[in-house]
Amino acid sequence: MSENFLTIHDLVVEYSSGGQIVQAVNGVDLKLAKGQTLGLVGETGAGKTTIAKAILRILPTPPAKVKQGEIYLDGEDLLKLPEKDMLKVRGNKIAMIFQDPMTALNPTMTVGDQISEVVLQHNDFTKAQAQERTIEMLEMVGIASVRYMDYPHQFSGGMKQRVVIAMALACNPELILADEPTTALDVTIQAQVLDMMKELREKLNTSMILITHDLGVVAETCDDVAVIYAGEIVEYGTKERIFRNPLHPYTLGLFGSLPKLDDDSKRLSPIHGLPPDPTNLPAGCKFGPRCPDCDGTKCGADQPMIEVEPGHFVRCCKFAKGGV
Amino acid sequence: MANAATKAATSAPKRKKDTQFRQIMRRLVKSRTAMIGLVALVIIILACVLAPLIAPYDPNYMDYAALNATPSLQHIMGCDNLGRDIFSRVLYGGRLSLALGFTVAIVGMVFGVFFGSLVGYIGGQVDNIAMRICDVWMAIPGTLLSIVISSALGSGFWYTVLALSVSGLPGSVRGTRAMALKEREMEYLEAAKAMNCSKMKIIYKHMMPNTIAPTIVGTTGQIGGTMMTAAGLSYIGLGIQPPTAEWGAMCSSAREYLTSYPHEMLMPGLAILLTVLSINMLGDGLRDAMDPRLKD
Amino acid sequence: MWRYIVKRLLWLIVIMLCVAVVIFTILWFVPGDPAQIILGSGATNEDIQRLREQLGLNEPYLVQLATFLSDTFLHLDFGESYVYGVPVIQEFAARLPRTLGLGLISMALNIVIGIPLGVNAAIHRNTIWDQGVLVLAMVFISVPQFYLGLLMVVLFSVNLGWLPPFGISGDYPAWTYWVMPVLANSLSGLAMNARQTRSAALETIRADFVTTARAKGLPERTVIYKHMLPNALIPVINSLGMQLSMVVGGTVVIENVFSFPGIGQYLLTGVNSRDYPVIRGSVMILALFSAVITLLVDLVYAFLDPRIKAQYVNYAAKKGGPKEKKGGKKNG
Repeated sequence: MSENFLTIHDLVVEYSSGGQIVQAVNGVDLKLAKGQTLGLVGETGAGKTTIAKAILRILPTPPAKVKQGEIYLDGEDLLKLPEKDMLKVRGNKIAMIFQDPMTALNPTMTVGDQISEVVLQHNDFTKAQAQERTIEMLEMVGIASVRYMDYPHQFSGGMKQRVVIAMALACNPELILADEPTTALDVTIQAQVLDMMKELREKLNTSMILITHDLGVVAETCDDVAVIYAGEIVEYGTKERIFRNPLHPYTLGLFGSLPKLDDDSKRLSPIHGLPPDPTNLPAGCKFGPRCPDCDGTKCGADQPMIEVEPGHFVRCCKFAKGGV
Repeated sequence: MANAATKAATSAPKRKKDTQFRQIMRRLVKSRTAMIGLVALVIIILACVLAPLIAPYDPNYMDYAALNATPSLQHIMGCDNLGRDIFSRVLYGGRLSLALGFTVAIVGMVFGVFFGSLVGYIGGQVDNIAMRICDVWMAIPGTLLSIVISSALGSGFWYTVLALSVSGLPGSVRGTRAMALKEREMEYLEAAKAMNCSKMKIIYKHMMPNTIAPTIVGTTGQIGGTMMTAAGLSYIGLGIQPPTAEWGAMCSSAREYLTSYPHEMLMPGLAILLTVLSINMLGDGLRDAMDPRLKD
Repeated sequence: MWRYIVKRLLWLIVIMLCVAVVIFTILWFVPGDPAQIILGSGATNEDIQRLREQLGLNEPYLVQLATFLSDTFLHLDFGESYVYGVPVIQEFAARLPRTLGLGLISMALNIVIGIPLGVNAAIHRNTIWDQGVLVLAMVFISVPQFYLGLLMVVLFSVNLGWLPPFGISGDYPAWTYWVMPVLANSLSGLAMNARQTRSAALETIRADFVTTARAKGLPERTVIYKHMLPNALIPVINSLGMQLSMVVGGTVVIENVFSFPGIGQYLLTGVNSRDYPVIRGSVMILALFSAVITLLVDLVYAFLDPRIKAQYVNYAAKKGGPKEKKGGKKNG
């Protein structure tokens, strides 16, 4: 964990719509080492996808805007890069796997052309070489090369996701941003896709940010975990630390919502209430209104991240004094 | 925490009370284009309906002292070649144009909804044949069909309504059918079927109400076009004919005096333009309000 | 693809047959006797009877219809004008190129200007440019074509004297006679196209696959022209056939406004004198024009949208088509 391949510092992203400003990402710090996988966990609308799109700088602007922060990749601040150089990063150094394979592919282009397009964009290849690379990629994700000329509508959901993955990996990216890559898929296919991604990643030594709300997927694939709530990281640490010793009430709530077989559990303990209205976030601790431990006295102010044990950070006032 | 939970729980049903209709109306009122269109249209309709009260002259009264008079205080839009007051004729002509536009739209809507939902619901061979008929029907350009029918029937309000409706009908049948097909997949129909509703009852009690709102929007969009086609028919000497005051026919007879007295043609044309414009603005606003996804 | 084309061509023939029957039937019910009109009010009853016999007007409906259909479709004979005694097809020779020219140039303007205008407005949405396009489009959609034509005549012919007000030849250079008819015939369709393209493009700009294309590091131009545009055009082209067939109807009015001696003008003279062969022939030719345009648009549509194309191509593909294709790809 010595050298950080990707460092995000104090990232703030705002959406403005109809005069209202929504803080989608609110001062996020993240680190990721080469070859490691970081899981971003949180509810829908917590800002996970926004972080990923901010890294690639493909947020729809307007309405979205990166207000402040730095994103260093190999020591270079991506947010300061001119657009021309950013084009060389997208799809090449950083690739993204999108959430919904059904809509992520262009329906009017053959899948082969869509993959070879990215290969041609970032390599000095001839068309024939790009095609060869594409066929190689298709076979790697388990799609017969005869389907090069097929259109997306001729594929099933799982197969489309394979195509999306092949497209993302085609240029040997150093970082993959996987946005809920398995949510839209059947459970059996989920496992296949996850296994395949893990295998490919190990082969290519790629780093990955895995966005998910599925703790099972995190347990299976990640090295580090960041739990996000309302645009803020509320708990951050290695997978082992967080799974063994979850501390933030929200994280505890997430685990409590999972049925466990090996536990003497009484009943599921869901998190009460609804995610906060992003246009009107509570002051101070964003989780306060839903927090079972909140007594209202200390949560009124913004909470800092506290290192409770080496490499394990929590944003909660319970741990404010002197740590554990 | 319990507070927040109950708060969330109580606010939810409140939102549900906000019916779809009210939401649409709120969005419509917010749209500036739609409101301008609506106000302008209301003014135009009122002016035309109240023409006997507003019009300064009888539309057919010929003032031989004012042949081809240019706009002045006595005749704010001037007079035509027979000394008739153009403003009065425009007001009376508007009654016809508006009546034509709305009648054709309503006839099209009624028949469209009736046949469209019928065909869409029955499906199968009936649907297939009906759609082929629509295909052929639509293959003849609408204006062309209206011209032929109108020339066969001759001049007159209802003949013109018929000529214009016939060419627009297959389009509205198709539109409603597409909606009915979508409705057919809905689960509430399964429920109705399970409760042993008769076919006809399903169509009229369940499917039609759901297809009506979008149809009204579509129809509003057509009124403007229909009025333009009607005016075009009169212009080329079919449809409503002189001496009846009608906007297209007025433009047509003013054509001879285009060089020296262009106001005789400009005024009635402007009336069509403004009326159609306000209808289209309102129609656009309605469409956006029904489906906000389409907006920006 | 050939299967599709053949199928559509057969369908075209069916449509034209139906058009012929419909037109013939409508005219059958028209009150008034063409023989009376031809001979004028001074004709005796015997003369009228003789002429009716001669024209075949005394035959029963089905016989007349059958004669008409076989003449039209088997011999391409539209008959002779009752009024002028000239074969209709002979008039077409001079007039059809004009109407085709007027229609095709108008359609070309619709597409070539309307679609890029809409795409541009969508890309620069909510700018002054976009708003301007929207407002102008709204106005042009609401102007009747004949009024637009008359306004242009007042402005460009009467006041400025730049363009000839009507006709097809005279003191002005030949091309100037086409400017106003073409503009008057195309502006509203063009505006409609621009609006439709704009909303289709806006919908597509937000599509996930466009974000995918951006995430691939493609330059914005490629994203727009290779990924966004073809998909945005699918709904536009789908309704283009309808729209272009409106242009064909519009030429009738426009030809009347500008005394432009094309098929539309011919049709209207036929209508005024109850000259059945002229009406039938003109309507058939205009309907054919419109049907062929619709057919072409549909072919382009099928070509653009692989989901439609696949319905027809897959047949061959299942018999090892893609393998050959792929082999070819690899070699090439």
